[in-house]
Amino acid sequence: MTDLLKISGLSVEFPTRRGNVKAVRNVGLTVSPGEVVGLVGESGAGKSTIGNAVIDLLESPGRVAEGSILFQGEELRGKDENEMRRIRGDRIGMIFQDPQTSLNPLMTIGDQLVETLEKTSGLRGQKAEARAIDLIESVGITEAKARLKAYPHQFSGGMRQRVVIALALAGDPELIIADEPTTALDVSIQAQILDLIKALCRERQVGVIIVTHDIGVIANIADRVCVMYRGEVVETGPVAQILGNPQHEYTKSLIAAVPRADVKLHRFNSVDYIEGGDDVRRRIDIQTHWLGAARTANASGNAIEVQDLNLAFTLQKAILKKNRKMLRAVDNVSFNVRQGETFGLVGESGSGKSTVARLIAGLYTPDLGVIRINGQDVSTAPRDPQAIEARRALQMIFQDPYSSLNARMRVLDIVAEPIRFYKLTSSESETRTIVGDLLDHVGLGAQAAIRYPHEFSGGQRQRISIARALASRPRILICDEPTSALDVSVQATILNLLKDLQQELGLTMLFISHDLPVIRQMCDRIAVMKSGQICEIAETQALFETPQHAYSKHLLDLMPRMDLLRPVEAA
Amino acid sequence: MNEAPTRWQRIRESDITHSFLSSPGAMIAAAITVACILTAFLAPLIAPFDPFDPAQISLWDGKLPPAWAEGGQPQYLLGTDNQGRDMLSTILYGGRLSIIVGLAAVALGMVLGVMLGVISGYVGGTADAVIMRIADVQLTIPGILLAILINGIGRAALPLDMREEFAIYVVIIAIGLTDWPQFARVARGATLVEANKEYVQAARVIGLPSWLIMVRHVLPNTLRPVLVIATIGLALAIISEATLSFLGQGIPPTTPSLGTLIRVGNEYLFSGLWWITFFPAIALVVLVFAVNLLGDWMRDALNPKLR
Amino acid sequence: MFTFILKRLGQSVLVMAVVSAISFSLFNFVGDPVNNMVGQDATREQRLEIREALGLDDPITTQYARFMGNALQGEFGLSYRIKQPVDELILARLPATLELVFVSALIALVIGIGLGVYTGIRRKSWVSRTILSTSLIGVSLPTFIIGISLIYIFAVWLRWLPSSGRSGTVELGWWKTSFLTIDGWRSIILPAITLSLFQLTLILRLVRAEMLEVMRTDFIKFARARGLSERAINFTHALRNTLVPVITIIGLNIGGLIAFSVITETVFQWPGTGLMFIQAVDFVDVPIMAAYLVFVALLFVAINLVVDILYMFVDPRIRLGD
Repeated sequence: MTDLLKISGLSVEFPTRRGNVKAVRNVGLTVSPGEVVGLVGESGAGKSTIGNAVIDLLESPGRVAEGSILFQGEELRGKDENEMRRIRGDRIGMIFQDPQTSLNPLMTIGDQLVETLEKTSGLRGQKAEARAIDLIESVGITEAKARLKAYPHQFSGGMRQRVVIALALAGDPELIIADEPTTALDVSIQAQILDLIKALCRERQVGVIIVTHDIGVIANIADRVCVMYRGEVVETGPVAQILGNPQHEYTKSLIAAVPRADVKLHRFNSVDYIEGGDDVRRRIDIQTHWLGAARTANASGNAIEVQDLNLAFTLQKAILKKNRKMLRAVDNVSFNVRQGETFGLVGESGSGKSTVARLIAGLYTPDLGVIRINGQDVSTAPRDPQAIEARRALQMIFQDPYSSLNARMRVLDIVAEPIRFYKLTSSESETRTIVGDLLDHVGLGAQAAIRYPHEFSGGQRQRISIARALASRPRILICDEPTSALDVSVQATILNLLKDLQQELGLTMLFISHDLPVIRQMCDRIAVMKSGQICEIAETQALFETPQHAYSKHLLDLMPRMDLLRPVEAA
Repeated sequence: MNEAPTRWQRIRESDITHSFLSSPGAMIAAAITVACILTAFLAPLIAPFDPFDPAQISLWDGKLPPAWAEGGQPQYLLGTDNQGRDMLSTILYGGRLSIIVGLAAVALGMVLGVMLGVISGYVGGTADAVIMRIADVQLTIPGILLAILINGIGRAALPLDMREEFAIYVVIIAIGLTDWPQFARVARGATLVEANKEYVQAARVIGLPSWLIMVRHVLPNTLRPVLVIATIGLALAIISEATLSFLGQGIPPTTPSLGTLIRVGNEYLFSGLWWITFFPAIALVVLVFAVNLLGDWMRDALNPKLR
Repeated sequence: MFTFILKRLGQSVLVMAVVSAISFSLFNFVGDPVNNMVGQDATREQRLEIREALGLDDPITTQYARFMGNALQGEFGLSYRIKQPVDELILARLPATLELVFVSALIALVIGIGLGVYTGIRRKSWVSRTILSTSLIGVSLPTFIIGISLIYIFAVWLRWLPSSGRSGTVELGWWKTSFLTIDGWRSIILPAITLSLFQLTLILRLVRAEMLEVMRTDFIKFARARGLSERAINFTHALRNTLVPVITIIGLNIGGLIAFSVITETVFQWPGTGLMFIQAVDFVDVPIMAAYLVFVALLFVAINLVVDILYMFVDPRIRLGD
């Protein structure tokens, strides 16, 4: 089988005013017809850059410094723009991550398809339209003829990505580069799109490069895998081998950091390969430290009680009541969280799990229902001083490390804010010492205090958020998808940190995520949510082994099959 | 980790400084603007005469051409106007007035607009609806007309003898009041974006009161887009003041701004006394051009998407 | 879609109500209406008579109602200075202003959008850069300076065109038009260029900025990845998406033209409503000020409404809802 694509010795650099940044270094990879090659790595690994380089759409000022890209025997490097334009769409197709922004909002789907067909196959008029209908149907969209007249915003996310795939296929290319094609989609839709890509690949004997950070996706559809780290390929091989028996240290660390869904571990295996991934924490002595003073010896009762919680959002305002569209974000939700336990809320986007968290944190007011924190009712009369006092025991950690810190404040001020506001210390120097201790304890080091957020990576910023949350000496911690925006290896270290803190400080945690394996690793009991309602509440092991509700079963089925991974001892 | 950079080092290394130093246009613009501002403020020291002091004006010396032309006199470098004032000095003093009025008007508009915009965006609800309605209504009528109107009413409301003295304040208020909706809109937009960010939510969960969150967290993060509008606003404010003065509605001729001078000169333009109009016009255009250039560069430098 | 139009209509009505309220207060609170009308010499009895005739002692609400009633019929009373009905005065001078604004708008839009698109597509050519630098100067030139310069060059120095006034008009019924004679065009061309220049440079820079913004979007990148030609990308995709936000700006621009026509008319002594307005402000001739305010507001509101409806037709996201 001749190689469809053969890249050797590829280096891509970006000249910046601080010098040449080599995004890709001496990379080689091959793709055969009908084969799916996965290009996996964490952020900054350079995987997207390779795709852009093949099709010559590098963002300026990037350029290919050296190496060769052979496509069906032809050298692509050195071709001018006209030649590349003929190749793009006709012989090599590309799919991007976000279907919402990939389509021109002002043109109908039909027009965009016909336009592409005219360029690639020279078809016009009726013939072009007929072919467009074929394409749409082949990607699984029904009522194709009517759909052609629709605009992108009238489709859902998954449908839009199907349209994008149709557009990429319009020219009948021999190679498709898919750059994070399912990252922006819900878990259930992800599976469908991946199946579609795999089917099309086999049917048409098309070579596919799938660029992703998600090992689950790789396990799902790739035949061979290239693992990238910091611009270099560290390991290549068949999927079974890479996942089951990785050789390179980085690959081993990466695989080890993936949360397992089959067994709950005491802690994630630490990912040593990545710099700064180690937990070098100067531990503070919780017994004597200020931080530990918040621990109550024996707390009784439930930490959080939620009863018949309801919240609806107005989607469309109208003068007449019957025309108003409401969305029931939270629909009669009730559950309890016991002292010291970690309670998980899992569901897809739109399930209402984040809304429930925000209701409990006081960011939204419920329409109906009662919320009690440590026995105190906080929702009926939120301005009541007792309610405010009870709320102080609760803090929250958010999902996006890039927007959860005020970019204009120093880390010291960010973490010290609650201490200063509630006057929890008697002097400014005491505050600074405590902030230093907190930063040490979360693994950042006290000297981080004088820096600004933008000087830190995503994982480090989450540590700052955790330090800030701890500064109020809370007893309850709500974690809203705290690691969803982080690389897999960093996720492991942050989750370890949260586990450790919970043990040391006796915290109660409400953990929200869409990622079932993560939930399994973190939680004692779990509630599954869908469309604002709770489907099932169960102990972790029970839920994963014998789910009761149909939706829970559905979610569990969607989890990527990681049986290829090595078996590991249970905790 | 090595030493954290000091504030000065941060500024020196920052992208903004770098973009500034590598753009000759920006540096020229900054130089001109600084020169304008400096000469204007140092006017009392460097101007050969004080044109606002009646004792220093002599009608006999009126309507003299620039020093290099026939009939000109050496001490009046750029000639004199119809009342015998030295053109160079009057331009310096007039320029100072133009800049002061421009800055004051923009400051007024900015403070008022940003305050209302942040409150509107953060608090939402009825306050938002009311403030934005007022802004919308005001924006339906273009700025210059409104400024003329407010100025006219303001002057009419003052008793006759106070009109000249307070003209400058009326102009500042008129222009400032027409400016605030733009600032409010931009500030509100930025506030809506910031208020949804998680650090604001974190502050709420900590328990900080709304006003503190608005001032400490939201406000500093809205300043970037506001500053871009402010430079455009400054240029427009200077033009507005000049326009008002030209129409006879602005600064009176006893203490003329550049616009007033041009108005005065316009009456003598066709009888050949071109310098009374020409030099103030050049000065005005150079000033506004420099401010615009600076604003353009600032907009590009502060735009994160263009990095 | 329907609610969108209704909402805009509602806003327009609100704007008119506020403007008329301001207009009304102008009448009553700026100076003493009676004084303004009869001057210093009138006796006390004469003043009381006039007060009664004008109904100035009635409660405010009645006065406002009367004002609104009259206003809706286009009646604003007599000008203090000219002593003629205000509505007649405005109507007589309206054609001059409207024609001026029309020609300026045409120049500003055609050249502004055209050059804006050109500089957006061919960013690196030296022609583009020259146009861009020139546009920066254009934005820095106040309208009156442009006017004076043009008069000096074309009327005084070259003597090609008249320096002021509006000659060569032809009467079509009540409307006096400049478009039908060469003289008419010679009179209108300088004021029109003066008026259009500022808006032209604004539109140019805006269109260019929008185009650059659009060129950075993902769907343009995807279009490139599909191998579409530069032409297709520039015109079918980029331009269409640029024009959508530009349409909203057109309304503001026409408003700006109407506003700046006040200055242009002053410089060129063009006999339009703007010149009349300035003279009215000078003399504190309240009826004209109030009426002008209401007329202008009406015009702006109408233009904005039309632009909004246009916008709705062009952007399918609004037309078809989510």
